[in-house]
Amino acid sequence: MAKITLDNLAHSYLPNPQSEDDYALKELNHDWVDGEAYALLGASGCGKSTLLNIISGLLHPSQGRILFNDRDVTSEPTAARNIAQVFQFPVVYDTMTVRDNLAFPLRNRGADASYIQDRVQHIAKMIGMEGELNHKARGLTADAKQKISLGRGMVREDVNALLFDEPLTVIDPHMKWELRTQLKSLHHEFGHTMIYVTHDQTEALTFADKVVVMYDGRVVQIGTPQELFETPAHTFVGYFIGSPGMNVLAATVDGSTAYIEGTEVDLGAGYSVPDGKVEIGVRPEFASLSSNGTGLPIKIRRVEDVGRHKIVRADFFENEINVIAGEGAEIGADMNRVTFEAAHINVYANDWRVEPMGTQASPAGEAA
Amino acid sequence: MADASLNKTASRGIALPKIKGNVVVMVLYLTFLLLPIYWLLNMSLKTNSEILGALTLWPNSLTFANYATILTDQTWYMGYVNSLIYVVLNTVISIAVALPAAYAFSRYTFMGDKHLFFWLLTNRMAPPAVFALPFFQLYSSVGLFDTHIAVALAHCLFNVPLAVWIMEGFMRGVPKEIDETAYIDGYSFGRFFVKIFMPLIASGIGVAAFFCFMFSWVELLLSRTLTSVAAKPISAIMTRTAGAAGQDWGVLAAAGVLTIVPGALVIYFVRNYIAKGFALGRV
Amino acid sequence: MEKTVNQKAWFLVLPVLLLVAFSAVIPLMTVVNYSVQDTFGNNQFYWAGLEWFKELLESERLHNALGRQIAFSMIILAIEVPLGIFVALNMPKKGFWASVCLVLMALPLLIPWNVVGTIWQIFGRVDIGLLGYTLDALGIAYNYTQDSFAAWATVVVMDVWHWTSLVALLAYAGLQSIPDAYYQAAKIDQASRWKVFRYIELPKMQGVLLIAILLRFMDSFMIYTEPFVVTGGGPGNATTFLSIDLVKMALGQFDLGPAAAFSLMYFLVILLISWVFYTVMTNLDKRDGV
Repeated sequence: MAKITLDNLAHSYLPNPQSEDDYALKELNHDWVDGEAYALLGASGCGKSTLLNIISGLLHPSQGRILFNDRDVTSEPTAARNIAQVFQFPVVYDTMTVRDNLAFPLRNRGADASYIQDRVQHIAKMIGMEGELNHKARGLTADAKQKISLGRGMVREDVNALLFDEPLTVIDPHMKWELRTQLKSLHHEFGHTMIYVTHDQTEALTFADKVVVMYDGRVVQIGTPQELFETPAHTFVGYFIGSPGMNVLAATVDGSTAYIEGTEVDLGAGYSVPDGKVEIGVRPEFASLSSNGTGLPIKIRRVEDVGRHKIVRADFFENEINVIAGEGAEIGADMNRVTFEAAHINVYANDWRVEPMGTQASPAGEAA
Repeated sequence: MADASLNKTASRGIALPKIKGNVVVMVLYLTFLLLPIYWLLNMSLKTNSEILGALTLWPNSLTFANYATILTDQTWYMGYVNSLIYVVLNTVISIAVALPAAYAFSRYTFMGDKHLFFWLLTNRMAPPAVFALPFFQLYSSVGLFDTHIAVALAHCLFNVPLAVWIMEGFMRGVPKEIDETAYIDGYSFGRFFVKIFMPLIASGIGVAAFFCFMFSWVELLLSRTLTSVAAKPISAIMTRTAGAAGQDWGVLAAAGVLTIVPGALVIYFVRNYIAKGFALGRV
Repeated sequence: MEKTVNQKAWFLVLPVLLLVAFSAVIPLMTVVNYSVQDTFGNNQFYWAGLEWFKELLESERLHNALGRQIAFSMIILAIEVPLGIFVALNMPKKGFWASVCLVLMALPLLIPWNVVGTIWQIFGRVDIGLLGYTLDALGIAYNYTQDSFAAWATVVVMDVWHWTSLVALLAYAGLQSIPDAYYQAAKIDQASRWKVFRYIELPKMQGVLLIAILLRFMDSFMIYTEPFVVTGGGPGNATTFLSIDLVKMALGQFDLGPAAAFSLMYFLVILLISWVFYTVMTNLDKRDGV
């Protein structure tokens, strides 16, 4: 178990990167706190697998250092870093039995037989494969194989970190839930530092203590699920997390008032806004429809009933605004306005969130 | 060798000495492969007196006379033409009959299909020596002796089963839904097969054609037995360099080098598919 | 993939059936016909029953040829399969040099078999061949036309030269199909180089190696042209393999009856051994799957 420090880290797959665009992973400084469970969330191609492979030592970064407990491991090979990694697709040793597969990392490190026996039994119970321990891995289904991969990743107790690269892609939905719960309980039990790469927000938000959102090779926000939801540091986080994503509307901001297509909206706090593209963002959860003439003029296009609530899709000039209404809410034909809760409106300049005046915290985006 | 790029994902430290080992192994192996061929080339560019004189590692008196002998004598160069004719004929026939059969085996179950498939493959295991004599009699009796088509048909014995086997493997990789969609869209079987299916398994057809070409080109026993003058292949003509005045080594070597050229050309064209091709679509 | 039952599919295989029947069944019938008859010339044939088979089964000549053939096939398999795998493991994985290696390695496979023979016949000669000359200069007595051991060595090395690349190319194709993640996982699991080979690379090559071994076995068991050109089956009968013996008998001595009986048994032996190979190897596969 270890604290992992990324110091000035960046990576490009090109031999001579010229501009920032050439970097698959842009410069990054971050401490992964010992014993926390992180989710690394982003769309595919955003650099999250690159980051993971640099941590595990499968990839050598173009610049910067990696430290495990303040010891520089940048030039150490994977085996010396003592980490475990589970890949997107099952990697099992086909000709071995399930038991031998699980014991493999321990045997290679010369653990003694009785310890291996106990440990394999323990892991087999956790992944629910006690009955198949003596089967060859070859004949098993894809999700059984992936369970073995997970098991092999968890079999060593002394690892510095456990890395997961979208490990549940091939697993059945109901099994996904179960395995994720198992991973969480494992985390509570042993307190490993865990990094879990995924493009699935539900997976990320339910698994992790802290979610690291990546976009275009850059970490845009690190925070608890609640922080990501209430104060997205970047419009991408707003779009990407939540279903549907945050409404982002071009606006001009003056003090505590925003003007959107000529309509005044109260922001609840004062802002000093730098030059550039200014937008406000409001989650559909904090928007509501009205028919009393206040708010932004909209035209309801469609109402989707998803069971727990209703999603209202409405047109606002060239844009779309989504509103979430309660399951019991009546949506009348005369509802042609939308209002926002002032406390939950965020202001963005050039896609980055602007803190209201009078708060001391630095912009969350720079924490990365 | 090309390991600079490879090494990116390989671990440092452990991998470096191994790469040097790789290069040594490959250099040794390729030298072993190329040295005899180089020697043949070397000899083909020497005069007979130099060949029989002291051993020289490269031609001291470079001459193209041996090649000139072959390329100006009709009985010589017609050998190449004959060989190419029956090889191409064989490849075309093999692919043409194997295509529908491979499709049937890959898509349908029918009475006796497994037995038929196995029986076809057993013909690939038949020693040509077993068939030399009966072929000779069979083709003589139907008046096909000493024709290109006779050799082409004889080579079908081992090439057709191989072509069916290879293409069946590739066709199995094409989802059946494609066939069904095409029929729903109103394609007839023939139009679907030519317009949609064949382009999808183009690489399989290419691999099968490559193997047919290869095995027909390198075979000697049957092609020599079934021809005398009109369709005599180059490999059979080569034996005549041994004359009363002793072996004409220079011409023999030149003829040998010229038989390597078509193969080398074919390999060059398919170089990017070799690895996949040799796995016959069954990796 | 699930296949549909369709008896009309027979029409699609009909051309193949006719063609192969014409070039396999009819000749084979002729062979069967000869094998049970005797002739004293003048196209007069007499029923000989299974005489020829009986005679051949007891003939020392056939036993010797068969013994040599089996020894030859086993030797070249024992060399070519491990060597081919070893070469494949050392080949560059991609890029310019990989293409170069592939092209050069495929070259011997497309040389006509008698030219392969000619190349080695020349290469091994003490007077004009680099190999023979070098060995002679080193003081090693080497003459493949006089010495049985030298003749065998030449024929075996020639076959290794000719066909190892086939095994290597097949093994290489198998290796190429292994995703990077396997090697990465092995690194994380701290597997040794040997374990990577044993548990990742070898299992993935199993299928292609089966093809390689079958092809090499069948083709080496049928070998004719290359050793015939180099040694003519000699010295004495030292390198007279089954096909060489058969052609001697059929076209040389025109002993049609025995030659035909020989042919049939030859064919059956190949079928039998191939079947055994195939069954053993696919069973190994199945046993693993439990």
